[in-house]
Amino acid sequence: MAFDYDKYLRPGKLPHIWCPGCGHGIVMKGLIRAMDTLNLKKEETAVVSGIGCASRLPGYIDCCTLHTAHGRAAAFATGVKMAKPEMNVILVGGDGDGTAIGGNHFIHACRRNINMTYIIMNNYIYGMTGGQFSPCTPTGAKASTTPYGNPDPGFDIAKLAIGAGATFVARGTAFHANQIDKLIAEAIQHKGFSVVEILDDCPTTYGRRNKYKSVIEMMNRLKDVAVPVKAAEKMTAEQLQGKVLTGVLYKDETKPEYTAEYAKVIERATAAK
Amino acid sequence: MEKKLPKIEIIEKYCKGCHICVEFCPKDVLEMKGFYASVKNLEACIKCMQCELRCPDFAIKVITE
Amino acid sequence: MSKKVAFLQGNEAAAHGALYAGCNFFAGYPITPSTEVSEVLSGELPKIGGKFMQMEDEIAAMAAILGASLTGAKVLTSTSGPGLSLKQELIGYGCIAEIPCVVYNVMRGGPSTGMPTGPSQSDVMCAKWGTHGDHPAICLVPASVQETYEEIIRAFNLSEKYRTPVMVMPDEIVAHMRERVVFPEQGEIEVVPRKSPTVPPEQYKPYDTSFGDVPPLAAFGSGYKFHVTGLNKAADGFPTTKASLVQAEEERQVRKVDANVDDIVTFEEYMLDDAEVVVVAYGSTSRSARYAVNVAREQGIKAGMFRIKTFWPFPDKQIKALAGKVKGFVIPEMNLGMCSLELERCAQGKAPVLGIFRVDGEPINPDQILDKIKEVK
Ligand SMILES: Cc1ncc(C[n+]2csc(CCOP(=O)(O)OP(=O)(O)O)c2C)c(N)n1
Ligand code: SF4
Ligand code: SF4
Ligand code: SF4
Ligand SMILES: [Mg+2]
Repeated sequence: MAFDYDKYLRPGKLPHIWCPGCGHGIVMKGLIRAMDTLNLKKEETAVVSGIGCASRLPGYIDCCTLHTAHGRAAAFATGVKMAKPEMNVILVGGDGDGTAIGGNHFIHACRRNINMTYIIMNNYIYGMTGGQFSPCTPTGAKASTTPYGNPDPGFDIAKLAIGAGATFVARGTAFHANQIDKLIAEAIQHKGFSVVEILDDCPTTYGRRNKYKSVIEMMNRLKDVAVPVKAAEKMTAEQLQGKVLTGVLYKDETKPEYTAEYAKVIERATAAK
Repeated sequence: MEKKLPKIEIIEKYCKGCHICVEFCPKDVLEMKGFYASVKNLEACIKCMQCELRCPDFAIKVITE
Repeated sequence: MSKKVAFLQGNEAAAHGALYAGCNFFAGYPITPSTEVSEVLSGELPKIGGKFMQMEDEIAAMAAILGASLTGAKVLTSTSGPGLSLKQELIGYGCIAEIPCVVYNVMRGGPSTGMPTGPSQSDVMCAKWGTHGDHPAICLVPASVQETYEEIIRAFNLSEKYRTPVMVMPDEIVAHMRERVVFPEQGEIEVVPRKSPTVPPEQYKPYDTSFGDVPPLAAFGSGYKFHVTGLNKAADGFPTTKASLVQAEEERQVRKVDANVDDIVTFEEYMLDDAEVVVVAYGSTSRSARYAVNVAREQGIKAGMFRIKTFWPFPDKQIKALAGKVKGFVIPEMNLGMCSLELERCAQGKAPVLGIFRVDGEPINPDQILDKIKEVK
């Protein structure tokens, strides 16, 4: 049966602002299916973002939504979650928002292991401002500010998250739409800071400059580079050259979760009183 | 057994003509007609839902039982 | 029953005043000379089930209090100069999204790292012009430890009443000196609660001006769901670029303060009745000024003091009235003439403004002020 997205969409807001073929819409649909799977209560759920095309997502979701400033989603969300730990807090945003200007907040949310889920839509570019390179733009790629090819090496968001202390890290792609909701649902259910990176496309500012003839070619690339973690186990290093692992990459259920730890601080403080 | 065909609904006011549904349909059910996606061969549809899942714009619905 | 009394530092008093006002969420980042606020609240807040967070930087701290405030918490952050600069973008966010919060900033020498332990009054312009765009600004400048305690409470009240960020800015001297504080009894000082919506969730609009210039603010997680953004927004909270709406909303945000200056602006008039020379002073500098005025009076000079307690909105009306009556103003301040500019604006050439500007980390002493009083002819 066709899925009923209306349940979590604000009425009257479609069509959304994203360009034809922009993967952000595919991710938003995945998020909605995950919310539906978990039957999240709209009034008890906050969706928080920074600034960028990806960060416009909360405006469409019929929950408590907070479109903050560039890079600051994780910090605002930390305030929401700490003040009301019973709320589900979901962060969404782009690669630039999360790993450049918001990189500090991102790694510290990982470190605290605060029970929130962060969905990063990695389209390898600053889409909203017209295609300047981001910390995730591949070396050599063309962006509006790398006319001779990008000299910068890029971040591996998943490794960054794991290294910083996140306890659930997954990766999917906009092509593998069917998997997105499952990864997000598992991430939301995880008690701790969970990161879901979705490899995405920006046909308008990235595809065009990097010789992708259409969004279809960009989708095909996602299809080709993605290797599920299970399949990768049976592959040689050579075969994995240029591939990107997808699925649940890391899970640790032993590290204490921050709001629970803070509840203990309150207990100790009140006992001492 | 008679095969039950789905109903494929394309909401033109949402469709941005990106071709994604058309290109990745495994059974070549869909085509672009002018700017919008449209159904060309409903008989072939296997109700895999790939088109609906991948449409970034909430513009295509595969309605089955 | 006799009142509770303590010997406190300005910063400690600020923390206790915040607790009196019902503060239950603090986020900050350590910086001299404001750190004591964090130190006190890290101990006190958990005792009442409140939350204390030391964030990764001042921007994060500002973001966290705004997020927490949207859930209905009463929130505070504390910082000093460099941290205030970092917070500016999000102070603007608080203004446009209309989120109550209190920013406590201890003024130290600047710009940049400047003089971390030296007193200063050079952030007063930053309090109004620090964030970009037109926006309302409220900034209180206490001159004693007791007043710091009380002004923090007033700051919380104003931020709730007008749904906007409020700053409290003692200079380093006030923040670090120790004085006797008499704690008010429970209920003795009014604590203003947030205006909550009276309409059911399906009818709620976060910027519904049919309730006046200050629309009620629902809390996330209380059954209401709504959208908050830093973009120009319509009554329903969603972004708009409609010219007439943007203009009206910007004007309303500023009007919340401009139309209520009489409710917000506070000051002290000291020996002004027959004063011919008026020393305008604020913060710790006003303590030297009071002394200088007393000495001047002993010497037969008709001096008085107008002490600014609310720096923003500026007491335009009062200064304008004085300008028509006096021979001149003397303005001692620990910066290179910030308040002085405001005085000149208000005096409109009717009375000269003589400044004493010190940025060497030393307080302005009464002799300097007295000498200046004598220069007014
Ligand atoms: C403080 C600040 N600096 C810069 C900008 C401009 N800006 C807006 S969105 C953006 C990049 C967004 O890129 P990304 O997060 O990857 O999202 P995308 O648009 O690609 O989805 C930038 C640089 C801003 N809004 N605020
Ligand atoms: S510019 Fe790129 S990221 Fe932004 S909406 Fe268009 S395709 Fe998507
Ligand atoms: S459901 Fe599958 S087979 Fe049918 S039109 Fe969609 S993609 Fe093609
Ligand atoms: S995927 Fe959606 S938007 Fe794109 S052509 Fe098909 S129906 Fe239209
Ligand atoms: Mg991007």
